[in-house]
Order: sequence, then C-alpha cells, then structure tokens
Amino acid sequence: MTIIQDLAPPPEVEVRPRAVGRRERWQLRLPLLPALIYTIVVTQIPFLVTLWYSFQSYFWNTPAPAHFTGLSNYKTVFTNPAFRGSLVRSVVMTVTAVIVAMILGVFFAILLDRKFLGRSIVRTLIITPFLVMPVAAALVWAGPMLDPNFGLVNYLLQPFGVHHVAWLSSHALGSVILVMIWQWTPFMMLIVLAGLQSQPSDTLEAAKVDGAGAWATFGELTLPHLRPYIELGILLGSIYLVNVFDAVKAMTQGGPGTATTNLPYYLYEQVNNAFDIGGAAATGVVTVILTIIVATFALRMFARVFQFEEAGV
Amino acid sequence: MTAVLVRDREPAGLRLRRVSGQVGWGILAWVVGIAFFLPVLWMLLTAFKPESAAQTWPPKFIFTPTLAQFRLVFSGWGPYVTHSLIATTVSTLLVLALGVPAAYALSVHPVPHWRDGLFFFISTKMLPIVAAIGPLYVLALKTHLLDSIWVLIILYTAMNLPVAIWLIRSFMLEVPKEMLEAAELDGAGRIREMTEVIMPVISPGLVSTALICVIFAWNELFLALNLTVTNAATLPMFLISSVPQEGLYLAHLSAAATVASVPVIIIGWIAQRSLVRGLSMGAIK
Repeated sequence: MTIIQDLAPPPEVEVRPRAVGRRERWQLRLPLLPALIYTIVVTQIPFLVTLWYSFQSYFWNTPAPAHFTGLSNYKTVFTNPAFRGSLVRSVVMTVTAVIVAMILGVFFAILLDRKFLGRSIVRTLIITPFLVMPVAAALVWAGPMLDPNFGLVNYLLQPFGVHHVAWLSSHALGSVILVMIWQWTPFMMLIVLAGLQSQPSDTLEAAKVDGAGAWATFGELTLPHLRPYIELGILLGSIYLVNVFDAVKAMTQGGPGTATTNLPYYLYEQVNNAFDIGGAAATGVVTVILTIIVATFALRMFARVFQFEEAGV
Repeated sequence: MTAVLVRDREPAGLRLRRVSGQVGWGILAWVVGIAFFLPVLWMLLTAFKPESAAQTWPPKFIFTPTLAQFRLVFSGWGPYVTHSLIATTVSTLLVLALGVPAAYALSVHPVPHWRDGLFFFISTKMLPIVAAIGPLYVLALKTHLLDSIWVLIILYTAMNLPVAIWLIRSFMLEVPKEMLEAAELDGAGRIREMTEVIMPVISPGLVSTALICVIFAWNELFLALNLTVTNAATLPMFLISSVPQEGLYLAHLSAAATVASVPVIIIGWIAQRSLVRGLSMGAIK
C-alpha cells in the first residue's frame, strides 16, 4: 500500500525508435477522443449556457421569454446577503467537516493499525457509515437519532443533563455537520490507514531501539510519513463535501430560516422555489469563478501529492 | 540462582503487560467501532419495529420484530428501484466503454500532452455541477430529456468518467512492460495488445472501478431531484418522498433507508480493499 508515482512518465514500450508521423499521432489520439469529446460536451456546454443565461432575465414559471438584462443578475448576487451567507456557510461546513473527519480518521486509523481480536470486523463496522446512502443517513439522523421526543441521542445524553433537545432547530448547522463528519470519517480513516500500513517497520524498530517514546516516534516519523496521505484525504474530501446537498435537503431544508442554507441548497431554491434561472445562473457563474481560484491551488496540490515519491520525500 | 529467577520473571511480567495492553487496545477499538456503527444499528432495529414501538420514551430496545414496514416499502418502491438500477447500470457501462480507451491513450501509448489530458478530466470533477443546475434544467427541457432516465445516464456518466479514467490508468500502468514488448515483437496490433495483454491484467481493476461508479450513481440525489419527477425518479427520491408531511413515521423511514442502503453496504463490505484505491482515484494501491 503506497502512493504510486502516478504521474511519472508511463513505461516506454517502443521496441525500435520510430518517427512519430501524423498518422501515428492520430492513432494515439483516437482512443482518447470519445471520452474527451463526451466530457467536453456534457460538462462544458452547461457552463457556457449558464454564462449566457446569467445575463438574461428568465423565470421558467412565466410564459415571458428570456430577455437580456445586462449585469443586473450579477448586481443582485453581490448585493444580496443571502448569497454571501450561503457562501460562508458552505465554507464553514466544508472546513469543519473535513478537519474533524480527518482528526477522527487519524485516530481510528491508529486504533486499527494494531493487531487485536476481531480487527477486520471493527474495520468493517467503521467503514459502514460511508457506504450508507447519504439521503438515508440524513433521514435516519434527523428522525430516529435526533428526534426531540423519541431520539436515541437524547436518550443516551440523558445522564449528562440533556433533556429533549430539538437538535434540528436549536443546533441545525451543527447537526448537519455532524452527519457529514460521520459519513466522511471512514473515508479519511481508510486513506490514513493505508499510509500507516505503508510505513516501513524497520524505521519504527530502529526508533524503538534508540529509545524514542511513542509520542516522539509518532510526531517525528509517522506524521511526516502520513502527510501526503492526509493531504490527499483533505483534497478529495473537500471536493465531495463542498457539494453537500442531501444532508441539508433531508434534515433541515436549509432552515431554520437560512441557518443551514449552503450554496448548493441556495441554488436549488433559486431554481425550484423562485424559478429564477437567470439569478441562479449568475450565482452559478460567481461560484464557478470562486471554485476555479480554489481549484488552481487544489490542482497544484494534486500534482504534488501524486508524485511526491518522485521528488524523494 | 536469583539472577536467573529475576531474568525469568522479567519477560513474564513484560509479556503480561504486553498482553493486557493488547486486550485494552482491542476493547477500546471495539467500543469506538460499535459507537460509530450505532446509528446504522439503530436504523436496522427501528426498521423492524411496529410504528408504535418506534415512538416511545424511553426508546425501546426489546420489542416483537415485524416485517410490516418492509412490506410497505416494497409495495411502493417498484418504479424507483427500476430507475435506479437502469441509471446505475447503463451509466457504469458507458463509463467503462469510454474510460478504458481513454486510460489506454493516457498510459500505455500516451498521447503527446497526456498530462494535460489527465488534469482536464480531473478539473471537471472540481467544477460544481450545482452551479449549472438552472441552465441544465432548461437544456433538459428543450432537448426533451427532462424527467427521462437518459438525462441521469448522461450526467452520471460524465460525473464518474474522470474518476474512472484516473483509476483505470493506474491499473494499466501496472501491466508489465515486458509483456507489452513481447506482444509487440509477436506482431500483435493495438487491438490484440488490448484484448490479450492488457485486459486480463486489468480486469480485477475494472471491477473495482465499476463498483466505485455504482456507489456514486446509486446514491446520487441532487441531479435526480432537479431533473426528474416521476418517469425517472430514483431511490434517493423515494426516500425523500417517504418523509411524510405530517406526523412521524420513524419505523417506515428506517425500513426505506435500510432497503435503499443495503446493496451499496454489501458491495462495499465485499470490496473493502479496492475501495481505498478507488476512492483515492488510484493514488493508493
């Protein structure tokens, strides 16, 4: 279990040197084209159309055709506190969930890295939350777990002086984040565990012989070794968690008020409740621009994470 | 004599400490594992309760199990599960059909700018599809794809294709160079190289790729909710719609959640090892 040198040049299989002709180049490209064209058409055209509609006034529940309105949609985006609020909540939700899930993931991975009776069963138990359908997880948390009158959580917290707390109204954002953490901790754990198990045992033995304590060994040997794995987990976790919609929709419908309305839910409401295609498109364009800024860094991180061995780390 | 005794006793004491440490570690791990699994367990338990036993204070742990909730779920989920199965299966097959040749062109006989190609694919994964949802709705409406299973198949394929290409590519890089060279010396063309050398090596990898695609497509809600109504509504939508408007149906909801989740849970349990590699897009072997 190691992170492979994925971006190292592929194996050179040419048996004899050949001049690469035009025909040959097309032969190389041909297998790539269907997937490339498909991805360009399906993923880029909607964004071009989004750009187009962002300058239009278009409400799909009225018969009036779309008409050009210049920058007015954008003006609304930047002056409307709802957009800023949902952006901030998206960031808060993603960052909190990713960090806490990673900390728990590291802890679980350390637990599972040692041999004990029934290790594979415990591992299976811990990865299960990740496999539960996200809507199902959200509904089970919202109902049987967090229900103020019959919920298991209130029952278990009773000895600590908790009495029938209505979690989804008084701690809505925290409840949604809790479910995100619960679902994504196993993902982080799996990646960190792979890192732990790839650690050469002789270095650890040597540290032990040298009289290094458990904490020192962890801080000075294990943690640096885990770094690329942790980065990879944070990167991939963020990509998925920033788009979290299911938990919000199934648990709180963005409420109470707008307490849990993140960007995906805000866009969903613009389209489905306000019927405002133009406004949603402008919000979308701004979101995409922000994403591109973040993604530029993320892509660089990708390149680094995937070839760290090449660099001799 | 004493020295010998002491030396004999030392390791015994140490061993005791080591064993008890191991047991303590095991107990801690089990407690943590069960606590983390508890919501799933509670979902399963609640699913087998009659509705009256699901809504009690304190919550009931002992009750007469019933299959009534499951019967209720199975009576209503027919069209939803069919749509889910079609969207998941067809999109996964499409992903493999497009992904295998693309991964080949990015690994075995790489195109000139293969690195840019790889990053193009992964960058589409970072573009939030939610941002385009309004226009996607209009596009689907105008192309008469709204509320058709094809709109989900098309979008799920695009959603999973980048991950699949990265993953399949990582498996193709593992095909021994010598095997490719030998095939070439034998005069094997590209097609034979693919069918006779590469496919046998990567087929387990294709299975794990397919599993990852199945998980993501099966669980997808956002696109289904926005772009389908009845003709293509999938299982996650069935779950959303089983939240009743008034009153609480905790047991019914748990049964529906269980039924919808079980296929992926079982797939994931069986394919634990390939799960890590798949989720990390091939970065972790």
